[in-house]
Amino acid sequence: MQLIDQKTKKIMEGCKERAWAAGLSFDEESLEYVVSNRDMIELMPKNMIPTLYDYWVHDVEVLKEKGKYELYPGNPYETVINTRPAISFYNDNNPDWLNVMIFYHVIGHIDFFQNNLYFRHTWEYDLAGQALADKRLIARLRSEYGRWVDYVIEFARGIDNLVGYHNELAKYNRSENGCSSRLDYYFDYFLQTIKQVSTSEYVKQIELFNEYSRKHGKLGEKAFFADVQQKYPEFDASFEKYQQKHEPESPDLLQFLIDYSPFLNKDENKWMKSVLHIIRSTSIYFQPQIRTKIMNEGWASYWHETLFLQDDRITGNEVSYARVNSAVTSMPRVGLNPYALGMRMFYFLEEMADRGCYSYDFRRLTNAEDRREFNRQTGTGRDFIFKVRENFCDFTFLNQFVDQDFVDKNRLFVVGQRLNKERMTWQYYVRSRKAEDYRQMLFASLYHPPVIEIVPEKSTDGCLYLNHRHEGKPLVNEYIANTMLGIEYLWGNPVKLETNEAEVKGGSETEADRGPQVSWTRVLYQMKDRQFSKEALEADD
Amino acid sequence: MSKKQRERYFQQLQQEGRLSVQQEKNSSELEDERLHLIEDPRSDCKLPPLADLYSSNDFVMLQNMGENIGPLTSSIRSIDDLLERDKVREEDGFPRKIKLGKLVKPGRGTEEKVVVVPTTVEEKFIHDNRFLEQDQGGGGGGGHGDGEEGEVIGEQPVRKGGEGEGTGAGQGKGGAHDMDANAYDLGRILTEKFKLPNLKDKGKKRSLTRYTYDLTDKNRGFGQVLDKKATLRQILETNIGLKNLPKVGEIDPTQFLIAPKDKVYRILSREKDYESQAVVFFIRDYSGSMAGKATELVATQHILIYSWLLYQYGGQVETRFVLHDTEATEVEDFYTYYNSRVAGGTQVAAGYRLINQIVREESLAADYNIYIFHGTDGDDWDREGRETIPELKKMLSYASRIGITIAEHRYTTPGGTEVQMYLKRSGLLVQASELLRLDSMREDASEDRVIEGIRKLVSEEKV
Repeated sequence: MQLIDQKTKKIMEGCKERAWAAGLSFDEESLEYVVSNRDMIELMPKNMIPTLYDYWVHDVEVLKEKGKYELYPGNPYETVINTRPAISFYNDNNPDWLNVMIFYHVIGHIDFFQNNLYFRHTWEYDLAGQALADKRLIARLRSEYGRWVDYVIEFARGIDNLVGYHNELAKYNRSENGCSSRLDYYFDYFLQTIKQVSTSEYVKQIELFNEYSRKHGKLGEKAFFADVQQKYPEFDASFEKYQQKHEPESPDLLQFLIDYSPFLNKDENKWMKSVLHIIRSTSIYFQPQIRTKIMNEGWASYWHETLFLQDDRITGNEVSYARVNSAVTSMPRVGLNPYALGMRMFYFLEEMADRGCYSYDFRRLTNAEDRREFNRQTGTGRDFIFKVRENFCDFTFLNQFVDQDFVDKNRLFVVGQRLNKERMTWQYYVRSRKAEDYRQMLFASLYHPPVIEIVPEKSTDGCLYLNHRHEGKPLVNEYIANTMLGIEYLWGNPVKLETNEAEVKGGSETEADRGPQVSWTRVLYQMKDRQFSKEALEADD
Repeated sequence: MSKKQRERYFQQLQQEGRLSVQQEKNSSELEDERLHLIEDPRSDCKLPPLADLYSSNDFVMLQNMGENIGPLTSSIRSIDDLLERDKVREEDGFPRKIKLGKLVKPGRGTEEKVVVVPTTVEEKFIHDNRFLEQDQGGGGGGGHGDGEEGEVIGEQPVRKGGEGEGTGAGQGKGGAHDMDANAYDLGRILTEKFKLPNLKDKGKKRSLTRYTYDLTDKNRGFGQVLDKKATLRQILETNIGLKNLPKVGEIDPTQFLIAPKDKVYRILSREKDYESQAVVFFIRDYSGSMAGKATELVATQHILIYSWLLYQYGGQVETRFVLHDTEATEVEDFYTYYNSRVAGGTQVAAGYRLINQIVREESLAADYNIYIFHGTDGDDWDREGRETIPELKKMLSYASRIGITIAEHRYTTPGGTEVQMYLKRSGLLVQASELLRLDSMREDASEDRVIEGIRKLVSEEKV
């Protein structure tokens, strides 16, 4: 791996200046490397992070067909990685004009990484540096504990898709409203759940509190609770009890194991916690990548197209550019292309916002003609898409903005696939042109790891009871046993998992619309002393 | 086999009252409307899986790299290393993680290429998206362009047959399988690590156009190794010719005159090599009941056997692939053999009959060691094997070994499958125990068990 030459670097710097001028915002520094195929082979399993820790599975061909991307939240082929400075990788022999295009694309990604709030938790540190420290730590542990380090990595990676990424994000931007936990408890829990006061009484209490605040300023709360104490003598005791019972919850299974696993908390096993910690933070770091695929690629494509066409340095290469660009950003007849879809979304949003369509006035219109003609010429389209790039992730983006106008404008539809027995062919047909169906199809293809919660009430006799929240899909059966084996090892006691199993009946290939019948049974898996067992649960709902 | 034919066969068996009990209970195979499609959407479908947002990336889309960087095999540590690690895992009480013998077929070039690589999978709790897709055929994906709702916008043949199917005319049949060196390696490992028996009798020798190099030729003047005896003899001859030889009793070797040409050397020379040859028939039941694990198990075992034989015979194995439901068909290559989907009913005899026919027509018995490996789930519509046994006897007359693997379904009683029952009754397993081996295992058996199974099928020891 070596840096790009000075001449190419100069082109990159030129691109950056033009991008800044266009309103993108990102760090001044970036690193660009030329990579060979050989480098790629080493980088791919490490999500393109050169300093990621070593793990033997990286050296083996890994079967991904079954879970595909679900198993690996990081895209293995990221051209640019979200480090400080951002690092991007290039083919050796790209012509200059192509580099300009790619540079703009890369800059689009960097801007996205550094401004989209779903990457908020990655802004404070440099992953490459952190990863290097982690890698050294793991290497040191390996020299001390040998292959057991690899087992711990393996088992921790087995649950690294269940990390509480959103909990982690929630820590940021939490507005401090100045309410103490005592106050929160009084109004949110004590009055509502324990006393179950009437609404008018509740409002009265709020009034009372506000009055105290006005009268006594900072001491208002204290005075207020002195009053409360008189009215409800049991309040203090109740609050203390509540606090004891509700220790801050662990945001996910990995953190829970770090915090509470009797096995990991033994003196001789404490080192394992740092391994778990590394796996967890690495996974959380990569989470936004896969949850913003359409937006990120769309944003980068929008900007490479916009900026490339304005760039005065590459005149004469428009035709070659058009060929490459059309391959990147054309909507396939059948299939999904995140570059094309995302880019069209941003163009669409910009146009709609320019016309002032994201307003109450527009929504009130029911006449299609009026809607089409509607144009307030607000000129705020750019601003609007910049806001969108800051505040949305793929799900919210699609959910909010894929509407019938968009679907119609781009002539999108949901494709169905069926077998024609007479002609012995797979036929593809237009299943639906409704925005709602199109949205559902997109949601179905978005990354979505299962939700697996710890159930403290059922975790008796030292066992760890997990519940898989049912969302219409079973877990991949073949993987359950070994994943649970790993959790059992890390927990040190038996582990149970409650989930649903599906049985598909009937359904014919010829009439795809009719769909197969699925019947669900609730089952409980148990891993005890490395023995795997399963029992059916009574359907209680 | 078409449904009509299948029904006719079914009725015939029914009339004669020898239809398998299992099949009477469960005639799903008769009603089976599925077709033997070739699996593996990755390389055979032109269209991508309908809704796959995450397969595209910047390297492929923008820089045209990434796709061609080839399998990870180049970064793979030596297989021995990995297996060593795997063995230790077992000692530590964790299940093995390295799988061998999975197939990757790079590209759709003109040459079929089968590569055996060690693989693994990182197991996690993830949603299973497959369960609806199977029946719905993809579920639904994105599309763009014209077309009314309901309108068919494109189609794609289910079979890829016809146009330029891999091996070109000039290629010749023998070259169809470019089994990579990896398979040879795998065979070596199977032999060494898993202690599979080495074949003792390699049968008839037959000259091949292969050469080895040996120090058998003699050359005067120069060469690799001096042949002292021959040289001395030559020197003597020369000296006799020169009359430089005194009386026999007074020879003084230091007085000899030695010409450069007198030195006789052994020199490396090309020798024709003789090796034994084998032809291996792989035959697999791909009837409807074989769905799922059973097929995977059989196919995995067959690739392992194939690798092992490749090692044993130094690459000189010829392989033939036969698939059967109620009718047998020979397929071109392992790829088709491995990936054909299950459907239809079961008639074991049909498969055996086809093999007998091939052997007879090509008179293979005279020149080859013939091995036959048959994988089935043990179902046979022909409950008593009345047609199967005679065919099997014919096979025993020329085969060096017949190995039958039965992958038992979870719902059957162990050892209670039809094929196993009628083979036992026929007594052939005992009479011809040298030649015929049967091994039955559960369909979800581990890889170790599969390898253990190979040992049973090929070993020389009597069972």
